[in-house]
Amino acid sequence: MADFDQELDASGLNCPLPILRAKKTLNGMESGKVLHIIATDPGSVKDFEAFANQTGNELMESKEVGGKFEFLIKKA
Amino acid sequence: MSDEKKLAIIATKGSLDWAYPPFILASTAAALGYETEIFFTFYGLQLLKKNLDLEVTPLGNPGMPMPMGMDKWFPVLGLALPGMQGMMTGMMKKKMASKGVADLTELRELCQEAEVKLIACQMTVDLFEMNTSEFIDGIEYAGAARFFEFAGNSDICLYI
Repeated sequence: MADFDQELDASGLNCPLPILRAKKTLNGMESGKVLHIIATDPGSVKDFEAFANQTGNELMESKEVGGKFEFLIKKA
Repeated sequence: MSDEKKLAIIATKGSLDWAYPPFILASTAAALGYETEIFFTFYGLQLLKKNLDLEVTPLGNPGMPMPMGMDKWFPVLGLALPGMQGMMTGMMKKKMASKGVADLTELRELCQEAEVKLIACQMTVDLFEMNTSEFIDGIEYAGAARFFEFAGNSDICLYI
């Protein structure tokens, strides 16, 4: 997985908390920085896609690793 | 006027299960960049109390999944037994916590942090003689016209 600047572990959290936590973390980051998110909610796969589409933050990577879902989001 | 998208919600229900949709949708919309307002009216005003003491009832709700096949054991009238509502509420809260579903108070705080406007229906407050000192801070008291001022320009408008 590519480099990232900050990490958010949203394991065990259910909709909409992973998105809300990610948004909050991104708020404190500078443009161009990359956030690595780990989640266990299967719904988060589609949700982070939709989040990126609507907020303009780029979803660089989305994959499943050992039953967990990992995302890389670059702040717009 | 801003070109932000707008979401207007009317929250009318005061049970534990129905408290979730307004706060989940509002906090998510805010995270997506929507300007969001929730207008709380009638039983929905319970959702603005500092101390959220909400319950859930299976009565009149044949769609509610019952734990341990309880629906087989208790015919409809059994659901009206004393203590049933408290028991179902306890079970629902436990289930939600075990599944990582947000606590209502937390969701409501996230809404306020994200500048979701919470508006209490002044008429209902007067009608039920509700004590506004029991409500959380940072809410606005207004009437139907105030709702339409925002809802009239909204992209999405929901009645919950």
